[in-house]
This record gives sequence, structure tokens and C-alpha cells, in this order.
Amino acid sequence: MAEYIWLVPLLPLIGFIFIGLNLKRLKGINAGLIASVTVASAFLFSLLLFFTYDNQSGGRTIELFKWIEVHRLSVQFSFLVDHLSILMLLIVTGIGTSIHIYSIGYMKGDGGFNRFFSYMNLFVFFMLILVLGANYLILFIGWEGVGLCSYLLIGFWFKNHAYNDAAKKAFIMNRIGDLGFLLALFFLVREFGSVSYFEVFGKASQLPSGTTVLTLITMLLFTGAIGKSAQIPLFTWLPDAMAGPTPVSALIHAATMVTAGIYMIARSNLLFLLSPVTMATIVAVGLATALVAGSIAIYQQDIKKVLAYSTVSQLGLMFVALGTGTFAAAMFHLTTHAFFKALLFLGAGSVIHALHGEQDIRRMGGLKIKIPFTFLLFLIGTLAISGIPPFAGFFSKDAILLGAFQFGPVTGILTTAAALMTAIYMFRLLFKVFYGIPRFAENASHPVHESPASMTWTMSLLAILSIVGGFFGLPHFLGGSDRFAAYLSPVLATPIEGTRSESINLLSEWMLVIIPLILVIGLVAYSWSRFVKRANERGDALGNGWMVRWVSNKFYLDELYEAMIQKPVMWLSTFLHEKIEIGIIDKLVNQTGTLVVWIGKNIRYIQAGNVGYYLFYMVISIIIILFFNLFK
Amino acid sequence: MPSTIQNLQIIPLDYYIFFCSALFAIGVVGVLVKRNALVIFMSIELMLNSANLLLAAFSAYRNDPAGQIFVFFIMVVAAAEVAIGLALLVMIYRSTHTIDINVLNKLKW
Repeated sequence: MAEYIWLVPLLPLIGFIFIGLNLKRLKGINAGLIASVTVASAFLFSLLLFFTYDNQSGGRTIELFKWIEVHRLSVQFSFLVDHLSILMLLIVTGIGTSIHIYSIGYMKGDGGFNRFFSYMNLFVFFMLILVLGANYLILFIGWEGVGLCSYLLIGFWFKNHAYNDAAKKAFIMNRIGDLGFLLALFFLVREFGSVSYFEVFGKASQLPSGTTVLTLITMLLFTGAIGKSAQIPLFTWLPDAMAGPTPVSALIHAATMVTAGIYMIARSNLLFLLSPVTMATIVAVGLATALVAGSIAIYQQDIKKVLAYSTVSQLGLMFVALGTGTFAAAMFHLTTHAFFKALLFLGAGSVIHALHGEQDIRRMGGLKIKIPFTFLLFLIGTLAISGIPPFAGFFSKDAILLGAFQFGPVTGILTTAAALMTAIYMFRLLFKVFYGIPRFAENASHPVHESPASMTWTMSLLAILSIVGGFFGLPHFLGGSDRFAAYLSPVLATPIEGTRSESINLLSEWMLVIIPLILVIGLVAYSWSRFVKRANERGDALGNGWMVRWVSNKFYLDELYEAMIQKPVMWLSTFLHEKIEIGIIDKLVNQTGTLVVWIGKNIRYIQAGNVGYYLFYMVISIIIILFFNLFK
Repeated sequence: MPSTIQNLQIIPLDYYIFFCSALFAIGVVGVLVKRNALVIFMSIELMLNSANLLLAAFSAYRNDPAGQIFVFFIMVVAAAEVAIGLALLVMIYRSTHTIDINVLNKLKW
């Protein structure tokens, strides 16, 4: 079964090539059907693999061909099949399939329908390469490929200039992270002479903990993850990436591509466990991102921007889980987050679809009656992400909190605070969109309507997963057996003893569940009274102090980056262009030409037409040459 | 009976050099001072033949036939050159009725 793993990425690639070559010829929704079928067959294959594969000993490497052979470095083009990659395969192809089907309804009638699906298939292909690669170089191919597809799809409606800027921003910010990744690759080759996971981990495990070179490599890898997974300081591209069509936001910027950084760190968990400094940095960065993005999300007015900052915040929580060494919890949250965040984005897409492109939540409200089915699905997603049992988010968030409290009490409390923010911004969104009085102008010719079946259907599937997804990782103290962590245990190392303070007993585990739950319910009640009961009394803003203004302007981070990086670079470019390029280089080149013309103009009178003179010049010249040769 | 080479070697080499230099100088002066293109051609031939004579002389003194081979080559080239040059002169004369180089000054700048 595993030998045919290359079929999984090949199918979407075929879809991409076929649709790409027939962009002008495919009519109606055919392109969408083809794309969906290729991804769905990849999903079926992954499912088959999941059920038939039972190799507990670390996974199988499927070598396809020899790729690079230089000097001592030999890179195989090979895929790695183990529990981690199978899990990612299921997420990518499963969510990919549902979003492809959803997009058929969502993108219907768009001029770029065929182009959209060719990009989507290409994205799935690169994402599969990313998760299947058996070495860092193949991971890097996928890493760059998904970045490209992200760029193409953010700027999908390329006639809008702001969207193009958003696409470029995403691409360039990712590039900064990619530089770190690339440097890490070079260091890996220098230190271990290989980029293959097995060889690198094998050689790294011989090294003592906390070596400088390992710290350097992991820090650089983490830089790559910061760019791809939108962490501080490179997270500002993700909210802007919402310029793309909503299914793109759901698939690329919520469920799969942005989790590539999490996957990469979980994959290299052995390296990261050997460098405690990096692990602490990851916790700090993740925590800061979760708090900052969470607080920004509370003040956003665009339905997709709220979800985007929510994604950044949730990714921060996953990084906290990675940093505290609970890799299984990070992967668990990645999985459940993929379910409910995709669901929420698709729900938001359904709302936008119903309101004909309206994205501002100030012009929504009261949609509960108009589109009840979307409301129900959105409610499930909100409950799941807020961590209310028995929905999926509750269990995965609990696992992260547990790890954070084991790491240290301050980390634990801050992580809890970040997790609680989820409840505020999500319920604010829910209440403002679906409750209260309608604040949109209803158009008689285009009434507010429920989305087509292809959209609601796939959303229901994701909703079911959001409800039951958590039970895969039911922790021990709730009577489960944490099957999720057990499934991943052959791949993910357990943290080294000593990095944690002490094991947490049963009572505190229960406390960790109960206290956040009470707080969440309290916050939901507060949001209810604030955004539904007294919605009209105080307008929208939670206050008008300097702090609120600071947060609602996204901490002025974009402005800060503009002043610190964009302005100096622009100034330098202008300086180089106007002063160096035009003033010196251009002048030099032009002056050479002018000089030659001037000389020619003046010495052409030597050619006077008189043959006698020519003969005289000749003889004199020969004499001069002879003379010089004589005294040489 | 002395051979040709021995006959040649009766005259010292210096004499040949002086003679050829004089011949060459006459050719150069002819080229520089004459206005008639035909006479300039003849002066050029004079220079060529002074070089030929010198080659033959050195060849004889060094017992090396290569110099004399060269002379034949130069003669062939000179003949070809004269043929072309004279043809040109005939054509110029037909169109302008003169071969005075001071009059032929239309090609300039």
C-alpha cells in the first residue's frame, strides 16, 4: 500500500495540469468537478492507507529516485510514510476535498472559475509534497510551492490593486522566513552531511543537549515556521491574505498551509528537544502572538479579519504546545483547529455569499432567521473553537493548557488567558452577525438566501468532525485513552525529564478543565449582554481609551513596519536609483559614447581626399614604427 | 669553373645592402613626390624589387634557397597587384581623363 504513496500527490498534479491546459475549454462547473474528484481520490487513498498501515517502528521511506548527487551529499527524492504524515495526509486531502466541493458552489459564475481550481489543485499537490517528503529539501519544495499558490490565490482577483499588494506582502513576508529555513538547511548539510530526517535525527541524538549549532539550526528552522505560520513578528501578512476568495482562506490560511510550520517543528521534534533555548523562545513567541492576535481580533469589524486573527492566535497556542514539548497536543489542536476553523471560514463564506459580498459585521445582524442552517453550523464552529465541551476544541485546548501549566505557572496562566480570548471574539462575532436587528439593506432583486447544497453539505461534514473530533484524543482522566497521542507516539519523542517542573495530579487536571470552563461561560454571558442585550446602548466599541485605540489599530504594527523597514528601503532604493544609477552609472555609459562621437567628429578631417597626403602618412608611420622597433 | 653562387659572392654583401637601400629610397621618394599614379606604381615596383634583390643576395650568401623561393612569391603577388592596379587606373582615366592624384580627391570625410 505504502509503495504507491506517490499516487497521492500525483492525482492533484494531474488535475492541475489537465485544468491548466484546458483553461479556456472547460465549460460550466467541469473544472470544479475534476479538481474535486482528484483530491477526493487522494483522500480515499489516504484513508485506505490509514486503515491498512500498521508499522509501529518509526515509518517507512519510499525512495522514488536519486535526485542530487554532489561530493559527499546525496539527496534522494523519497517520501516518508509514518503516522504523522498519514495524519497530515488525511487533514490536507480531507479538508481539501470538502473545500473543493464547497468552492464549486461558492465560485460559480466567477470569471476565473477554471483558474481557481487549477491553483487549488496545485496547492494540494505542493502541500502533499510538503507533508510526505522524507528530507528537509523535499519539505522545502512543498514549502515554497504552497507559498507560491498562496500568493496566486490571495491575488486571485488581480484586477483589484489592494489584493495584489496583499499577495505581495504575504509572499515577501514568507520569504523572510524562508531565508531562515534555507540557512538551516545549509547548516544541516554542513553539520550532518545530510538532509534526510532519519540521518539528521540519528546523528543529532548523539550530540549533547543545548549545543550551539543545534540551537542555531533550530532557531533558523523556527524562523521559517514564524514566516509560514504567521507568528510575531511576521504575522501581519495573514490578516491581509483574507483578500483571497473565502474557500482559499479556509483551506490555505486556516487549515493547512499555515500549519506547515507546526508540522515542520513537530517533525523535527528530536532536534528541538535538544535545544532548550529554542523551545523557550518558541513558547515566548507563541504566547505573545496568541495574546496580541487574540486581543486584536476582539476589535476587528471584518468577519474574515476576525477569523484571520483568530487563526494567528490559535497558531500561537499550537506553538506554545510545541515549545512546552507536548508535540502531540500541538498536532491534536492542529487537527481540530483545521476542522472548526475551516468550518468557520466556510460559514463566513456562506454569510458573505448570502449578503452578496458584504464583509463588515457592522452591516450584518439578525441573520439567525434568514439563514438558519448557516447559523447552526457557525454556532457549532464557535462552540468548538471556544473550548466548550463536548466539542473538539475543548479537548485539544485542554491538552495545550496542561502542557503549559507543566512548563510553568506563569506560562499556564497566560496561555489560559489567550485561550479565553477566543470565547470573547468568537461570541462577539456570532452575536453581531446572527443576533440583534438587521443592519443591512435588503435588496428586493437579490434577497438574502441560504447557500446552495454543495456548500451547506460540506459544511455539515466539517461540523460533524468539529463535534466528534475531540474524542479521538480523549484524555485519560476523562475515561479516554488519549488515542491521538498514542497514534503519534512512534514519531513524536516524549520530552526529556527535567524540563518540566512536576507531574500534575488528577485534582489539578480537573481544576484545569473546570476553571477555564467557568470563565468561558462567564465570558459568553458577558458577550451576550454586551453585544445582544445592550447592543444599541453603547455602540460598538468596548471603550475609547488609548489602549482600545491601540489594540483596534492592530498595535500600529503595520505602521511600525512601514516606518522601520518599508520607508528606509524605499529611501535607499530611490537614492540608489536617482543618485547612483542615473547620476553615476548612466552618466558614465553615456559619456563614453559622447566622447567617441566627439573624437570622431574632430579627427575625420584628416581624411582630406588627397592621395599624396595618405601616402605621406603611410611612409611617416612606417618610419615611426621602424624607429620605435629599433630602440625597443 | 666557379658556380653562380661563387660568382655572386665575389661582390661583398655590403654592396648589395647599399645598393638595395638606395633603390628603396628612390622608390619611396618617387612615391612621395610624383603626381602621376602610373609613376607611383613604378616606384612601388622599384621598392618591391629592391627587397627581392636583397632576399636573393642574402639567400646566396647563407646558402639557403628559401630566400629565393620568397622572391618568386613576391613576384607573383606583385604581378597580380600591378594587374589590378593598372586596371583601376585605366578605369579612372576613362571616367575622369586624368591620373593626377591631386585631382582625384573626391573621396573624403
